[in-house]
Amino acid sequence: MPPVDVRATVISNVRLSHDYNVLTFSAPEVGALTEPGQFVMVKTTDTSEPMLRRPFSVFEVLRDDLGTVRAISILNKRAGRTTNLLYGLGAGDPIWCLGPLGLPFNPPESGDAWMVAGGVGLAPFATLAEALVAVNVPTTLFYGARTGEELYYLEFFDRLGVKLVLSTEDGSIGEKGRVTAPLETSLKELSGPNQVSIYACGPEPMLAAVAKLAMQYGQPSEVSMERTMGCGLGGCYSCVVPVTHADGQTRYVRSCIGGPVFDGAVVAWE
Amino acid sequence: MTTMDLSVKIGTLEMPNPLIAASGCFGYGLEYADLVDLSTLGGVASKGLFLAERQGHKPERIVETPSGMLNAIGLQGIGVHRFVAEKLPELRARKARNIVNICGTTLDEYVEVARVLSDAEGVDAIEINISCPNIKEGGIQFGCSLDGTFNVVSAVRKVTRLPIIPKLTPNVTSPASFARAAEDAGADAISLVNTFLAMAIDVEQRKPKLSNVVGGLSGPAIRPIAIRMVWECRQEVKIPIIGMGGIMDWRDVIEFMLAGANAVQVGTANFVDPFIWPKLLDGIESYMQRHGITRLADIVGAVDTASPAKAHA
Repeated sequence: MPPVDVRATVISNVRLSHDYNVLTFSAPEVGALTEPGQFVMVKTTDTSEPMLRRPFSVFEVLRDDLGTVRAISILNKRAGRTTNLLYGLGAGDPIWCLGPLGLPFNPPESGDAWMVAGGVGLAPFATLAEALVAVNVPTTLFYGARTGEELYYLEFFDRLGVKLVLSTEDGSIGEKGRVTAPLETSLKELSGPNQVSIYACGPEPMLAAVAKLAMQYGQPSEVSMERTMGCGLGGCYSCVVPVTHADGQTRYVRSCIGGPVFDGAVVAWE
Repeated sequence: MTTMDLSVKIGTLEMPNPLIAASGCFGYGLEYADLVDLSTLGGVASKGLFLAERQGHKPERIVETPSGMLNAIGLQGIGVHRFVAEKLPELRARKARNIVNICGTTLDEYVEVARVLSDAEGVDAIEINISCPNIKEGGIQFGCSLDGTFNVVSAVRKVTRLPIIPKLTPNVTSPASFARAAEDAGADAISLVNTFLAMAIDVEQRKPKLSNVVGGLSGPAIRPIAIRMVWECRQEVKIPIIGMGGIMDWRDVIEFMLAGANAVQVGTANFVDPFIWPKLLDGIESYMQRHGITRLADIVGAVDTASPAKAHA
């Protein structure tokens, strides 16, 4: 299905911290089409200041009691101009939303699903967890942040029955250090290759580390890459990721249409 | 009911309306085929093609700037042979009018790419990129010299009967003299402007925002300069002009045409709104209706410079 462009209205803006917020808006047409791992391009104005849309993973697809999609949300972290504007929006404000875009995660061929999130990289895993739990895949979330205060939506995942393995850089909750440490501990306990499917989203060094660990322990991995995007549709060639192809050559692939989800084993990590 | 005529003719290229998707902003066209009926566009200008595949620059490749953006993609592309084999048949099937943008690191490469396209089925015109600001070895070395421009256009002219449209750079003192060189060399039309060479710096990190350090500025920020350049070129040459630079809505299309453009290209705006095309057409048609215009071509270069417009607050 081709993406749709919706002039949506903000339903709620829940500020999780000084930097993070969850923005919910009325884009049911987008939500109804969204598969876990896909993204939207959003913009807070129809003027040219700022001009370009920005890409966000669809965080939640929200349904009413009858199961009809009513809204979607994005998990936003303030960093630049648009993310600051998104942090400041209130109920009733307009937001332009184009989507869904990009390739979704592939469901596991067999075995358990391990999701690995770093910081705002939690974004694609709410919808993925729901989809996995719905088909009875045992699912674990390895979730790391700087501090315990930046670990969000723990109850949401807990309620779904997702096993949580937490880590923080300051040690305030869970294991102290990077999220890849508990991941490696768990990988060591596996009895052989292709036992779990690993899904990762977060800072690029984390994604590279997860992909390498997955290869080292013989498990498949999919990584959701974040790139600066101009259009989200393959028009501008700005969001490229170096990918090693079957002929052994490394070529730039547009992450908007060839991703954002990539096989962790083929990304040519820099 | 009066029928409105929006058509544009450039040599053998006949377009139902003046709206062309700008090179480098629309992939190879097929990326957008599910969103817009390609046959309803005046034309589709493909991403620039060399003979061989090219990888382009490392990211970061774009950055937003005030009412605009910088890009330094570095002409990543599949090369002319793969374009002919993999993209053209589908573009033809979708009845796109294909204005294929060609690049070269040497004069011979331009000629060879043009020759390959002339032999292919489904190419409607060739746009000659002599103005990409982002790669050292290609294009701009020709586009910034009057002799270079004349030589590339004449050499391509000799190997093809297709309409040829050199795309001019704004990064020269007088684009109009380059328009003249292009016309003298046998161009069927010119297109302008390519992007303005520009730069943006992250002040906290003291680093350029683009991996290529410098890049090309596009978007509404450049539109008044592009309008001025199109207007200057209109005084200098008789051949059709394809104007571009920061068109965001129908009003901007009309502005370029009044300045002297016969057709326009839309690039950056398509990033913001991929569904822009029918909106532009609707806006142009209601403008024609309001002003009693039946033939859009009648407004080309029709700006009346005898006195300024009444100012509006």
